[in-house]
Amino acid sequence: MTIAIQVTVNGQLEALEVEPHESLLGMLRERLDLTGAKEGCNEGECGACVVLLDGRAVNSCLVLAVEANGRAVTTIEGLGHAGALHPLQQAFLEHSAVQCGFCSPGMIMTALGLLNENPTPSEADIRQALSGNLCRCTGYRQIIDAVQAAAAALGAAGQAGRRP
Amino acid sequence: MNARWVGQDVPRVDGLEKVTGAARYTADVKLPRMLHAKVVRSPHPHARVRAVDLGKAARAPGVRAVASGQDFPFHVGIYLKDQTVFATDRVRFVGDAVAAVAAETPEAAEEAAALVEVEYEPLPALLDVRQGILPGAVLVHPQLGSYQKVPWITPEAGTNICNHLKVRKGDYEAALRGAAHVSENTFVVPQVQHVPMEVHVSAARVDLAGKLEVLTSAQSPFTVRHLLCACFNLSHGDVRVSVPQVGGGFGGKAGINLEPIATALALKIPGRWVRLLIDRAEEFYAAVVRQGLVATLVTGVDRQGKVVAQKMHYLWDCGAYGGYGVNVVRAAGYTCGGAYEFPNVCGDSIGVYTNRPVGSAYRGFGMQEIHWALEQQMDMVAHELGQDPVEFRLRNCLGPGKRTVTGQVLDEHAGRVDKCIHKVAEAFRRPLEEKPGLLRGRGLACAVKAPAMPNDAASSVLLKFCEDGVLEVLVSGIDYGQGLRTVAAQFAAEALGLPLHQIRVRNLPDTDLSPYDWQTVASRQTWATGNAVLKAAEKCKAQFFEMASQVLHAPVERLALEGGQVVDRGGQGSVPLTRMVMGYQFPDGHTIGGPVAAAAHHVPEGLLFLDPDTSQSAKPVAKWTFGAQGLEISVDPGTGQIQVDRVVACYDVGKVVNPGLIRGQTFGGVVQGLGTGLMEELKVDALTGRVRNASLVDYKIPTSEDLPGELEAHFVETPQADGPLGARGIGEHTMIPTPAALANALFDACGVRILDMPLTAEKVLRALQAKRAKE
Ligand code: FES
Ligand code: FES
Repeated sequence: MTIAIQVTVNGQLEALEVEPHESLLGMLRERLDLTGAKEGCNEGECGACVVLLDGRAVNSCLVLAVEANGRAVTTIEGLGHAGALHPLQQAFLEHSAVQCGFCSPGMIMTALGLLNENPTPSEADIRQALSGNLCRCTGYRQIIDAVQAAAAALGAAGQAGRRP
Repeated sequence: MNARWVGQDVPRVDGLEKVTGAARYTADVKLPRMLHAKVVRSPHPHARVRAVDLGKAARAPGVRAVASGQDFPFHVGIYLKDQTVFATDRVRFVGDAVAAVAAETPEAAEEAAALVEVEYEPLPALLDVRQGILPGAVLVHPQLGSYQKVPWITPEAGTNICNHLKVRKGDYEAALRGAAHVSENTFVVPQVQHVPMEVHVSAARVDLAGKLEVLTSAQSPFTVRHLLCACFNLSHGDVRVSVPQVGGGFGGKAGINLEPIATALALKIPGRWVRLLIDRAEEFYAAVVRQGLVATLVTGVDRQGKVVAQKMHYLWDCGAYGGYGVNVVRAAGYTCGGAYEFPNVCGDSIGVYTNRPVGSAYRGFGMQEIHWALEQQMDMVAHELGQDPVEFRLRNCLGPGKRTVTGQVLDEHAGRVDKCIHKVAEAFRRPLEEKPGLLRGRGLACAVKAPAMPNDAASSVLLKFCEDGVLEVLVSGIDYGQGLRTVAAQFAAEALGLPLHQIRVRNLPDTDLSPYDWQTVASRQTWATGNAVLKAAEKCKAQFFEMASQVLHAPVERLALEGGQVVDRGGQGSVPLTRMVMGYQFPDGHTIGGPVAAAAHHVPEGLLFLDPDTSQSAKPVAKWTFGAQGLEISVDPGTGQIQVDRVVACYDVGKVVNPGLIRGQTFGGVVQGLGTGLMEELKVDALTGRVRNASLVDYKIPTSEDLPGELEAHFVETPQADGPLGARGIGEHTMIPTPAALANALFDACGVRILDMPLTAEKVLRALQAKRAKE
């Protein structure tokens, strides 16, 4: 038995038939080939799968696809692309905040969720917001620096809190 | 060479794909009509396998292939072939693979795996490494004497010892008798897990013409191919291994891992892709882990505070299989004295099988573990003598003209640990601020590591120009974030005077198409691949010069490469490289040369085997990287909680190739080191042999909240004679001294010594209470 849902994914309305137990992560990766969000644990403990659901960061492995019905999902693929990077993506590049890159999409989306709610976060705010996103490579220092730089850049551009 | 690109903070060349989500990791690759695999694993730490019945599983809905040890009794292993694709006669740890199924959906595979019937006869299990060397111990590998192996490891048949390296230098016994002060201590390091964010995953397909393709998250596509061929008796020409982006390895994806199981299933159903993606729990107990260590050190010192005699007994818990771990044992042997010159040495590094998770390579390759012992011991001895630990280290450390434990005399290119110690000590001059209610302390530890690899470990590269003048650089090391692609581009740009945007590094290695590379391990890529890139660039340059010499009517000796042109320094003329990348055409139409391309390799020079009885060797390894770290901490006496306030790291890297990348390696290593130092431990149940904390809920690794307040990375640049522009490896070294520095800081803060890693709040609190009770 499948369930028909309609979800706006990265600005596109998608009509899908999903399984009742299917996760939002599975739906994005398997049905829509949006593989930016990663599966690191499938139990809400690593943050590799974070996407925005109506502008808020969620672990998509813990959200059922059916729960996204009628809502808006933003994945890393909806954020920016070559030549038109989002300031967070740009800052991650400039601050060497990416190593293997497996955690990066989830980190960036979590950071975006934070900036949506708090455009001028302190270092402590950033550390706390990212504490559910594990990174085994970077030691977090350059990631925190990148988020701070992006917050400043977004603030300067007057677009803090931009809700995709 | 006046460096223009090397040493610059150029952004990561593969950053764009990683921040946009474009980067594809193995599980992101869509494979047509892919089957999903599930492994049937042993619930027993040690048991005889009486029978495996695949019948019900094979008939379950959606199942397309089943396999067990009956079909594939083949041995596999990089240095010691002590493992089979699936267990045959016995299982040796909880998680040992017994069989596997491939089905149309992950759910069908899971259900079918549960239908495999295995009849076990439980055997007594060996779960403590210290028991493993006692007479009459349970034997984990009764067949040890019959396994194939490389010549430079020495398993002892009829025992649990899978390798034993003996280091004998000078006269330890006599020196110890003459010592003014002797100190003996035993240190313990538990097994820990790598916890890469991307778990292990491998996919395989055998096409109808018999060609095996493997897509895998691995550190070593060529070694995977080589070992698969040996295991399944295949020709290298019939096996293609490719590696998409890798989400972290840290040693856990070195050698060969899930590939043989995926291959076995693929062989059962030609034409179909079979993907084996393990889950996070399996990653903890069934994928490889870092070996445990029990280290006993005896140090004899003279009246001047010089170490005269040093004994090191390292007992490694290799777990159920030692295919890779035997080389950790070896590396710990020839590096047994760490960063110090000990004139009289008795060293033994012994690898022991147990019925615990399988030990293997882990960032640092045994070095963090032995430094946990060595660097605490140096501090303890200094305190016993009433000496300053920094002075004590400086008096005894290695440096140019000093002799290592294997008798190698270091030269002026070897790197300077004394300079690193000074740098950290300098940073420590700032007074330690009081914090109300907390105990403050600081500690220092040194580090050294050499690449542990076969003497002929090679990296090769291919450089080729495109029609528009872009240089394509093919390298086959894995860039899982350390920055190989970026530094390869920097070296190529440097050598050929090209702007960075005219270099494209092609690096998703594929054994059918890419140049050979042994493995991405041992912090060897910047050094080995960097050297190969420079050599290949010289060959390209020679091709340009040969053409230009004819065009400009100038001898090659007069030519120079400047700003994308070959210039005649004696005359007027110049030719742009873009006119020559596909060969040069004269106005009358005749053409000389052709597409410019060159291959080159790097193999370490002059390495000599160790003496089998004493391990003496004038050049046992290619290079050493030295460093030191200092930590400032606050301890809460009420909870035992350690807060790390500041970390100062300094390494002699020869040459900083890319400041942003090397800072990333340093910060990442330090925080990973804090993980093992403060919180990480694989908890294996002493009765059942099961890992009790096989999840990210129960096995904590550092988060952004655990990051120290201040992190400083400093570098000394004593050029490595055979390094590319003087560079040497650094990737692993950054996590080696951290736990020992932490333990030394703990002692400084509150006078307690904890000899078994990690320094959990619970242990610290208990030690504080015990100390108070004594006072
Ligand atoms: S995969 Fe969702 S939190 Fe780990
Ligand atoms: S960059 Fe590798 S896990 Fe974060």
